Amino acid sequence: MMFPEIGHFALILAMFFAAALGVLPLIGYRTRNGLLLSSAVPLTYVTTALIFLSFVALTLAFVQDDFSVQYVAQNSNTLLPIWYKVSAVWGGHEGSLLLWALILGGWASAVARKSHTLPELTAPVVLAILGIVATGFIAFIVYTSSPFVRLLPETPVDGADLNPLLQDFGLIVHPPTLYMGYVGFSVAFAFAIAALITGNLNSSWARWARPWTNVSWAFLTLGITLGSWWAYYELGWGGWWFWDPVENASLMPWLAGTALVHSLAVTEKRGVFKSWTVLLAIFTFSLSFLGTFLVRSGVLNSVHAFAADPTRGVFILALLVVIIGSSLLLYALRAGEVRSSVSFGITGREAWLLLNNILLTILTLTVLLGTLYPLIFDALGLGKISVGAPYFNAVFGPIALFLIVLMGIGPIAKWHKTKGALLVRHAIAPALLAVLLSAIVYFVGDFDGWVWASLAIALWLSLMCFVEWFSKVAGKNSSLWTRAKKLPRAYYGMQLAHIGVAVALIGVIFVSANSVEKMVRLAPGESVEVNGYEFTFEGIKHVEGPNYVADTGVITVRENGKLIDTMHPQKRLYTTTRQVMTEASLSPGFTRDLYVSLGESLDQGAWGVRIYVKSFVRWIWLGGLMMMAGGLLAAFDPRYRKKAEVAHA
Amino acid sequence: MRKALLFIPFGVFVVLGVLFYMQLGKDVHYMPSALVGKPLPEFQLVPLESSELVGHESLPKGPYLINFWATWCPSCSIEHEYLMALAAEGVPIVGIDYKDEADAAKQWLLDKGDPYAVVLQDEMGYFGVDMGVTGAPETFVVDSQGRVAYRHQGVVNEAVWQTLQGYMR
Repeated sequence: MMFPEIGHFALILAMFFAAALGVLPLIGYRTRNGLLLSSAVPLTYVTTALIFLSFVALTLAFVQDDFSVQYVAQNSNTLLPIWYKVSAVWGGHEGSLLLWALILGGWASAVARKSHTLPELTAPVVLAILGIVATGFIAFIVYTSSPFVRLLPETPVDGADLNPLLQDFGLIVHPPTLYMGYVGFSVAFAFAIAALITGNLNSSWARWARPWTNVSWAFLTLGITLGSWWAYYELGWGGWWFWDPVENASLMPWLAGTALVHSLAVTEKRGVFKSWTVLLAIFTFSLSFLGTFLVRSGVLNSVHAFAADPTRGVFILALLVVIIGSSLLLYALRAGEVRSSVSFGITGREAWLLLNNILLTILTLTVLLGTLYPLIFDALGLGKISVGAPYFNAVFGPIALFLIVLMGIGPIAKWHKTKGALLVRHAIAPALLAVLLSAIVYFVGDFDGWVWASLAIALWLSLMCFVEWFSKVAGKNSSLWTRAKKLPRAYYGMQLAHIGVAVALIGVIFVSANSVEKMVRLAPGESVEVNGYEFTFEGIKHVEGPNYVADTGVITVRENGKLIDTMHPQKRLYTTTRQVMTEASLSPGFTRDLYVSLGESLDQGAWGVRIYVKSFVRWIWLGGLMMMAGGLLAAFDPRYRKKAEVAHA
Repeated sequence: MRKALLFIPFGVFVVLGVLFYMQLGKDVHYMPSALVGKPLPEFQLVPLESSELVGHESLPKGPYLINFWATWCPSCSIEHEYLMALAAEGVPIVGIDYKDEADAAKQWLLDKGDPYAVVLQDEMGYFGVDMGVTGAPETFVVDSQGRVAYRHQGVVNEAVWQTLQGYMR
């Protein structure tokens, strides 16, 4: 089969077309050459089509079990179910980079499709920036990480199989959504750099960048949520966030991206923070890039890290230096020309959003510092240390809670200046009610003091969202419903995302304050009671899957004597890799999850069994989904389309 | 002044870049032992060739190597050849047969040769726990004062020996 060669060739061609895309329109911009400027759009499409061809070729190699291709041999197996063969394309280093490039091409093509709504000179420059990023990335794949390398003439009979941890639905969808987010920030980045190059630093670039940023942010939110959900059910011990360097690598662009979403709003509406917003756009994309560097270069030790390879590290570092370094240099040279003409008072919404940006930036730097600290420590020859959950929880938690308190106030504040009396009038009832309701939960549930405080904050935010909405729709002239319908889609997007934060926070509070964990030895027929649920171990069944054999425990769960569920936790042995995997069994619920995983096989048919009752854990991901939906709702507000048409005319 | 401030992000980035460059290619999995500089822990183990418990008196006069190995460990057979070469050069090596079966171990040494001054059996892995061993093979350098001087995780080869040699004092 020739497919891998075709794929490889297409990728090399894509690199050259991307390079042309990165150069020609910029020359066209300098010389005002219309032909070169108009080459940007077709070049974008051709580059994307070639990357897509390359991706399809690799997918075909997987589907056809072409083990003469090294990457396929390392990550697949004839027994692997077909959907995992397809998702195995991005199960390793080389293929996941190809997916990265494909998604970059997809975003660039989407921008190209919308380019008629942008000024004549801006669109080609934006596409050229994306072309430069794509060139660097494709070169990285071609020179250091080609997935098309053949194992000839000694072709293995069968593949080494996909890492069992990755044989899971969560891992089919998690990387693509995460990359959609990461790479999507390159669009905001390209808009910002184009604004610096063209000197067109008025607020219009913010308006163009906003929907793109919102969509990327929504994808990143979904990607992180999926990752957390996957870790929860797949890693077998019921945690949902580990402060692992790679998780942090996705959290940092999310935090910076959240700041960017807000500062773009201020820049668009009020024409302030212009220079800051540009920097934030660069910062957000840099963090996406940095995340890729940290994961791929092996400078950090992580469960997610792919095999360390110094040549790859040097290449990514060089890319990082060229792309980020030159952007920051350009920023330093050009951003000084920006003047903000509008002033604002310290009670205006601008000020609240500035505070939002400061806090989110501090949070980002907190995570960055915690992630890089072991590296700095080692580089200075001070020895090996690791920074774990205690640091992050102690530093991140309070700042995040403070930010959430402010989230209640920000939307109610008016642009420029807000009357103190208005704030107090709106805020007093929700504040009292939140503290009171939370106090009831605190006394009834017999929790720690921090539960009282943080639950009050979550309730405060939800109540303030409602009060703010109500103050907008309440009126004498027309009915509540008519007024509610008139509010823009973007407004409901914001509300949904903010309430999502409250929902996720409630989940976080209860899962840490009210969860029960028990490790027991159960012989067949024995039961144990955990938090009002009676778990009975009925025995072990032998099960054979396509590429594994498993011991499946049968555990019935009764509440007040009534059977509510039968759970089947598994201990799997993947026959090709000889890896043992623990597959936990879940009984999900709105207010609690039951979570059972098998430990070791003990004497006389007994097994070690881990049982968890997790309070409100679904709320964490429900909150994440709400935030994502909010971001999308805001991005597809019709006003962006309208204004874009005006800009065109 | 304002102009200068705009260069701060670029400056921070340059510092980070240098830092990353310094860290590239380092083995992030390398973990120094907490025992370094401390005397070798006490033990009571049975040598492979007898049935009496022995302690420190069974060890050679330092400096010497302590090598944790096992017949179930594929990397151990890779490093075995190099250990034979070291032994031929006169480097004393104490073998700890880690979580293994005596018969299999004896057969292994018959088949591949015996580079060890003495082989002690750590069937339950207790001595391994005392030494902070995470897997086989692992090799420690004990200096002439009887103190642990260095720990290496993984296969010993020519490059690793260059490092180990520096601690053999």
